[in-house]
Amino acid sequence: MTSYRQARWVGEDGLEPLVFELGKPGRTGYTLPPKLHEQLNLPKHLIREKLELPELSEIEVVRHYTRLSQMNYGIDSGIYPLGSCTMKYNPKICEELASLDTAAHIHPYQSEETIQGALELMYKLERCLAEIAGVDRVCLHPSAGAHGEFTAMLLTRAYHKFRGDGVRTQVIVPDSAHGTNPASAAMAGYEVVTVPSDARGRVDLKALETAASERTAALMLTNPNTLGLFEDKILKIAKIIHDVGGLLFYDGANLNGILGKARPGDMGFDIVHFNLHKTFSTPHGGGGPGAGPVGVKDELEKFLPVPVIEHEEKRKFYYLNYDRPHSIGKVKAFYGNFGVLVKAYTYILLMGASGLREVSEAAVLNANYIMRKLLGTKGYELKFDAGGPCKHEVVFSAEPLKRETGVGARDVSKRLLDYGMHAPTYYFPPIVSEALMIEPTECEPREELDRFVGALKNIAEEARSNPEKLRSAPTATAIGRLDEVKASREPILSWKMYRKHRA
Amino acid sequence: MRKLGLIVNPIAGMGGRVGLKGTDGLEILAKARELGAEPVSPARAVEALQVLKRSNLKFDLITYPSEMGEEAAREAGLKARVIGKIKPRDTTAEDTKRAVKEMRELGVDLILIAGGDGTFSDAIDIVGTGVPLLGIPTGVKMHSAVFANTPQGAGGVAARFLSEGLPLREAEVMDIDEEAYRENRLSAKLKGYARVPYEPLMLQSTKEGSTSYELEDQKAIAREVAELMKEGRIYVLGPGTTTRAVAEEMGIHNSTLLGVDLILSRKLLARDVNEEQILRAIEGKPVVMVLSPIGRQGFILGRGNQQISPNIIRKVGKENVWIIATPHKLELTPILKVDTGDVRLDDEFRGYVRVITGYRQTRIVMVS
Repeated sequence: MTSYRQARWVGEDGLEPLVFELGKPGRTGYTLPPKLHEQLNLPKHLIREKLELPELSEIEVVRHYTRLSQMNYGIDSGIYPLGSCTMKYNPKICEELASLDTAAHIHPYQSEETIQGALELMYKLERCLAEIAGVDRVCLHPSAGAHGEFTAMLLTRAYHKFRGDGVRTQVIVPDSAHGTNPASAAMAGYEVVTVPSDARGRVDLKALETAASERTAALMLTNPNTLGLFEDKILKIAKIIHDVGGLLFYDGANLNGILGKARPGDMGFDIVHFNLHKTFSTPHGGGGPGAGPVGVKDELEKFLPVPVIEHEEKRKFYYLNYDRPHSIGKVKAFYGNFGVLVKAYTYILLMGASGLREVSEAAVLNANYIMRKLLGTKGYELKFDAGGPCKHEVVFSAEPLKRETGVGARDVSKRLLDYGMHAPTYYFPPIVSEALMIEPTECEPREELDRFVGALKNIAEEARSNPEKLRSAPTATAIGRLDEVKASREPILSWKMYRKHRA
Repeated sequence: MRKLGLIVNPIAGMGGRVGLKGTDGLEILAKARELGAEPVSPARAVEALQVLKRSNLKFDLITYPSEMGEEAAREAGLKARVIGKIKPRDTTAEDTKRAVKEMRELGVDLILIAGGDGTFSDAIDIVGTGVPLLGIPTGVKMHSAVFANTPQGAGGVAARFLSEGLPLREAEVMDIDEEAYRENRLSAKLKGYARVPYEPLMLQSTKEGSTSYELEDQKAIAREVAELMKEGRIYVLGPGTTTRAVAEEMGIHNSTLLGVDLILSRKLLARDVNEEQILRAIEGKPVVMVLSPIGRQGFILGRGNQQISPNIIRKVGKENVWIIATPHKLELTPILKVDTGDVRLDDEFRGYVRVITGYRQTRIVMVS
């Protein structure tokens, strides 16, 4: 086992101070032209004499953020098997292309003639995504996964309304669904009907038949589901929902498990959303920026948000079309998070069709490798479909360990940090008690997978010999175990709040 | 330092292996012993205590003499302060009651009880919901919702409650008429409620132990039900804390917790009604019945609400029965049950049903 010790920078009042607490009046790391505001001709009410900003020299700023980054952990530091989050490596070439002047320094108010390249890139990314998902048209605007889901729900409403089918008030979600699914449906004004999973960890068809009715607007489904299992009855599921007049929405969170192998459109889904920051390898975590494009079949095309990008073959000209009377309107300023779109498009071109297929093959192989290596370890068990293969992720339960030693999934996860590894998603999905949801992604080499499995096995032993060690973990990180309840009840999210709190 | 009370009812569970379905009453106990019944609850208590021992937590353990806790604590390797007096091998319900009372006076944070439905029934007679209680499962057939699933589970919950704090919920205590049960009739009354710490599935632990999540969920259900209600219709509200929340939502503060109430146009029409009164009130009128699962086995009909007879249910019609339950409750009993005493009626309820679980939230749940 390799060992790990995270940097821990400590100032006089505890950990590395906030940037607001650093520096001295008068210090600066820039020079501005004198009387800049006069040259800029700013409106008077926007001009302030005093700004409450920290004053620091360049080296202080650089050191501050370098130290913070040393007290951080990311995919560039080590394995990041956070289930259903697809924390894959973000190739540096994608970052490079997104920071080219022609990508980073264009403005959405520029005229179409001057941004033909950017429009072409988005147009072609749309076509790629449509092909990958088996849909007809894609909108790139939503800026996060849940934003994509919400957009899909608005499209669902517009579709039923257009058909004069206004009594559909319910959206069905399986009990293994991501928490954002019921939230997105509720945000769009729908009542949420939860259906249970069967003993194999798939949607229970009998329960789905009970739930489906003339009041069903849509079913929201992830496939593979959050247990990492493929919904193999998907065609029957689609028939049940379509027979009562409802739509099928595909949550793209787990697209990495079937990329290039199966297409949601072919499974019967009418609306699809993508997490570019998962499947297409753009950075995420810590609040984005992300991108959650939404794809639809032809019959929903006219409801897509404005503007859509069109291509005039004759003039070889790309343009933005706002003239769409049935559109649900705007869901985002301008055209989405363009920088993220550039990275995703680069990634798709980088991999090519065969490369994308290899992505899902390796992702599934890696998850199965972990599953097989860990299966049989005392303390961990599989609750569903223990005999079969999984897709891109596997959900173990630490319930036996908890029964035996009193320490559970949370403690195991915290202890993993001491091994220099990010924790799996724990306590999710809620249908598995003491869940450890592991998604290694295609990027991890076999040695890293072995190290990870070895750590989990070690930790099970530690739980027996020294449970306190797990309960007090992590100790090798810059910050120990947080009081999660306090954090969620009394969040301090800004310098202003922090100052108030201290006063 | 936090204080943990421990009460072992040494005779709880003894009737089970010899087929006597419980040990209420001295005669039955004598018979159980005659049949070779061995005590089971002390060993279960030891299993729970061993989890606490392994946790290395520092706490004051307070218990009753010899087989009512002292021995179990010793066997688990825990030091305990022993209070009270008993006649060994001859303990009765009065001993349980006295122990609970004395522990309350000593200000314990939680009382672990290794016993059955009867033991809890005795305990809440004294403390009600005043002191948190937690059941180590030992009894023959436990209907009360106060027990952990396993003795080790009880030890684990107690450990977390003492170290980090856990939320508390109100859990049903059922009173089973053992004599009727031995004649293969199950008569389960809802005796009352105990406050029980529980480990929510998601990260919701709390330092100050409150019932807030369960209460918030109940309020959300109540709001939904209130919005669905129509004027001029009679609503039959079954027993329980969730149905009580429905009444509260409509500003009715004197509904019964353990009985059946009738509501008409947002007003209390009658409270704590029996079968005959219900039948008379609903005769020829549009009516909806609102039920919540009662007890550890998740019965929606036939336990704790036997006033609602098969005759009434048929008159109301299955389609006019609304089932309400908090997500946490469904977590404990993912499959619901019916036992109306009418096999054909029970069959009609079997299969999947819709359960209201929150504001604009329903869940498809199996009834078996």
